[in-house]
Amino acid sequence: MKFNSLVKGGLAAAMAFSMMACGGGSSSASSSAPVEAADGSVVIKIGGSGPTTGGAAQYGQAVENAFKLACDEVNASDSKIKFDYRFEDDQHDPEKAASAYGVLKDWGMQVSIGTVTSGPGQNVSPLYKEDHIFALTPSASSLAVIYEDSANMTNAFGTVFQMCFTDPNQGIVSADYISKHPDLGTKVGIIWKSDDNYSTGVHETFTAEAAKIGLDIVFDATFTNDTANDFSVQLTQAKDAGADLLYMPMYYDPASLILGQANAMGYAPTFFGIDGMDGILSLENFDKSLAEGVYLLYPANTNDERTAAFFKNYQDKYGDVPNQFAVDAYDCVYAIRQALENANAESSMSASELCDLMISQFTSMTYDGITGKSITWNANGEVSKTPLAVKIVDGAYAAAE
Amino acid sequence: MGNLFKKMFSRENRGRTASYLIIIIAYIVLEIMRLSGNMTNLLSSLLVPVCCYITAAIALNLNVGFSGELNLGQGGFMGVGAFTAVVVSGSLAGVIPNPVIRLILAMIAGAVLAGAVGWLIGIPVLKLQGDYLAIVTLAFGQIIKSLITNLYVGLDKNGMHFSFVDNHLNLAEGGKVLISGPMGATGTERIATFTAGAVLILIALTIVYNLIRSRHGRAIMAARDNRIAAESVGIHIANTKMLAVVISAALAGAAGALFGLNNASLAASKFDFNLSILILVYVVLGGLGNLNGTIIATTVLVLLPELLRSLQDYRMLIYAVILIVIMLVSNNEKMKTGLERLRRKTGKGADSHA
Amino acid sequence: MALLSYLISGLGLGSVYAIIALGYTMVYGIAKMLNFAHGDVIMIGAYAAFFAMTRFGLPVLLSVLLSMVVCTVLGVVIERLAYKPLRQASNLSVLITAIGVSYLLQNGAQLLWSSSTKVFPSILAGGSLQLFGGKLSVSWLSILTILVCIAVMVCLTLFVNKTLTGKAMRACAEDKGAALLMGINVDRIISITFAIGSGLAAIAAVLFCAAYPSVYPTLGSMPGIKAFTAAVFGGIGSIPGAFLGGLLLGIIETLAKAYISTQLADAIVFAVLIIVLLIKPSGLLGRKISEKV
Repeated sequence: MKFNSLVKGGLAAAMAFSMMACGGGSSSASSSAPVEAADGSVVIKIGGSGPTTGGAAQYGQAVENAFKLACDEVNASDSKIKFDYRFEDDQHDPEKAASAYGVLKDWGMQVSIGTVTSGPGQNVSPLYKEDHIFALTPSASSLAVIYEDSANMTNAFGTVFQMCFTDPNQGIVSADYISKHPDLGTKVGIIWKSDDNYSTGVHETFTAEAAKIGLDIVFDATFTNDTANDFSVQLTQAKDAGADLLYMPMYYDPASLILGQANAMGYAPTFFGIDGMDGILSLENFDKSLAEGVYLLYPANTNDERTAAFFKNYQDKYGDVPNQFAVDAYDCVYAIRQALENANAESSMSASELCDLMISQFTSMTYDGITGKSITWNANGEVSKTPLAVKIVDGAYAAAE
Repeated sequence: MGNLFKKMFSRENRGRTASYLIIIIAYIVLEIMRLSGNMTNLLSSLLVPVCCYITAAIALNLNVGFSGELNLGQGGFMGVGAFTAVVVSGSLAGVIPNPVIRLILAMIAGAVLAGAVGWLIGIPVLKLQGDYLAIVTLAFGQIIKSLITNLYVGLDKNGMHFSFVDNHLNLAEGGKVLISGPMGATGTERIATFTAGAVLILIALTIVYNLIRSRHGRAIMAARDNRIAAESVGIHIANTKMLAVVISAALAGAAGALFGLNNASLAASKFDFNLSILILVYVVLGGLGNLNGTIIATTVLVLLPELLRSLQDYRMLIYAVILIVIMLVSNNEKMKTGLERLRRKTGKGADSHA
Repeated sequence: MALLSYLISGLGLGSVYAIIALGYTMVYGIAKMLNFAHGDVIMIGAYAAFFAMTRFGLPVLLSVLLSMVVCTVLGVVIERLAYKPLRQASNLSVLITAIGVSYLLQNGAQLLWSSSTKVFPSILAGGSLQLFGGKLSVSWLSILTILVCIAVMVCLTLFVNKTLTGKAMRACAEDKGAALLMGINVDRIISITFAIGSGLAAIAAVLFCAAYPSVYPTLGSMPGIKAFTAAVFGGIGSIPGAFLGGLLLGIIETLAKAYISTQLADAIVFAVLIIVLLIKPSGLLGRKISEKV
């Protein structure tokens, strides 16, 4: 009993302390080296959040790495704009993303690369709007990240922009591509992840577009996070339904399992993935022959000199091949840099002042990046990029007709 | 007045008074900080979630601490409350513009529906005992999560539309999707407030304290301590336990409702097994049957990962280590006797005053 | 014919669940604790086998052995450091500690080996057995998995029933106090139980990853929960129960996906579990708990 009261006392002290520590605003874990504001350069505080721990950590870490790499590159170059950067963990949890946003705001973030994943992004977009801070997200692709009413695509937040294609965009492009290329297959089977935002979003528009243009969908099945290992049932049914093209709107990890299991049971339709399929070739120890002939939508121009340089630097520094998360994050930093420079931003400007400048820049400028040339944005924050279909040939991407 | 004061601090009421005081003082201090602009954005973003977790943990303590029933599905009840609240608030937005009234209605609806689900689940669950009961609550938690993941709810001028597994809402022009299956609720109007959270905790405390002091409460605890003895003196165990289950679920539902209306976007996957376990950790660490401990432990454990942010990639590792060390230290016999001795040496004088 | 092929793939999946469930059930039977970190021991086993095969180029059998050694040592160390000091504490304290250990292993693995998925090498040359003139194809891996599961089951039953240590284990499960009075070193028996359970986890890890070749830090949580469910299904504490529970769970999951709904497969599995427990409150093969008055 008395021991309990001692413990209680200790806990109460801990509670008071933690409240103070959280409330005192003394946390100081800036991840960039202090940037000198000498020789008239402009230092802007740029922030972002994503899952760097937990189940979705591989996506968050890819963005974090590319984000830091790009900022360091900018800082080392003769660019007038320099970045003081900070990236916080949100564990792919909307609630934690709001806390991460709080941390960034306390730090004095002036401009942001938003969140990595859609769920957290949908939760903080209203905050970006309320506080009038500009965000350009590399990979939070759902419509609800940029629209308050995503079903009707109205009430855009206006301060949140996307570097990646929206989910519907990918669904429509892939349906059109498949219908224009009957040689890939005419009987379409779909396997998608029903408890995932991204997968559901693409699936919904793909089926809607398919119905409109008369694409023959013979099989449609799902899996969830808890059943993301065994695809034998879905594959058997797809095979029995005669699907000769298997559409897979999902990330590369479950896709790699599907490719392997389909191969084991001797089922060989044309596999068609979206941009989440990117990364499959750099899975450690993956048998690349399984992915031979797979089609996917891919944002980056693979034959570009700048892309090659980025790939090399990233691999030298982190040991992994950058996936589409990393590529888009890299472009985010450079697009923001360009906008800041065009707008003659000053270090002393408030986030809100910068936000107005950034919105006017982003709705008027064109940006040439490694994920596309002459990229523009509309006032709702949607990017103009069109996903490009590529085919995996000899373990590398080749432009598909 | 003097009498009331004496009663408040009497031996049996001391813990209860302390609970109310902690909440009220913390609320006043934090609210002053917030309104005077002396609060960091991080802390102000945590206020409502902390209130939700505290309420859910108090409710769970009623199961685990007082009834002695290990419930691993508390997250599911929060989920029911959260999505009910999102639907209620979203569908009433046009009718009742006042957010406070809407929040109250949504929380009541969340509590009622979660309580009803708790009652449904309680019928089979209370026939079981011990770890089997725990696993069935876990299973129900997973089923609830899985059902919400497949639920589509929309609203248009013709009224509410529901659809299950596949999205067949077919809303009229201008209709609003409230819950969209795996994507959950998006674009929810955030009407939750810290004041509502503090009031909710106070209500939860009042209900739980009154329940355990009542005839039912004594029956519940008697059944926990010795089921057979309790039955032999004529206590109807199933009924008394059911009361605890329903109240706990309803409070968790209200907490979930507040949580749901504090987030613009919410997916069913949030209310999984891990959330249930997390709340259980708060309860065990705070002490079974000890509501003050629950309040404090919840606050500390919710804030801890935020405080560890400066450790960057290592923070969740350190969090795990802290959790293990706390469990080991607080259960260490030597530590217990050592602290006891320390208390006797220093605490004698203080005790005689009280 | 389709039904038969689903049944066989369900059996393959169920065999893996069964081996993991054995670890849960043995630990529960003797230490009366729910070891929620068991799934993460599987994850460590998968990484150990992965590195043995790809980095050190060891043959499959040797890699499995190495992985078993790693897991066994890990299991015993966890038991010593985290669970043994709590022998006198409440069940819930041990449960929370187990959860702490689970977080620790997951986050440790992420820091050590990064969060990106690694692809587990195949342990069998591909191909499948063709039956009924090619109408039914059964992958060799499924057959291997089922055979290994049966072998493990037989060995374990013999061990528990025929050896002295096995007898001591049963005595501890029955009544720890009485076992102590009979001169059984209960602490040692608990350590041995953890060692065996963790060693089995390594076998399960290799079979699981051979079938679903993705290795990542949170790999263990899903099979962990499923196997736990399987253990309860069959009657926790009972070795044949874990075996039966695992197989049934695998089959139910596969058939639910095939014939009812892929979206609701999980909900169906858990609903069946609830129904079974309502009819037989201590699981399929669990012993009825008699109340002492």
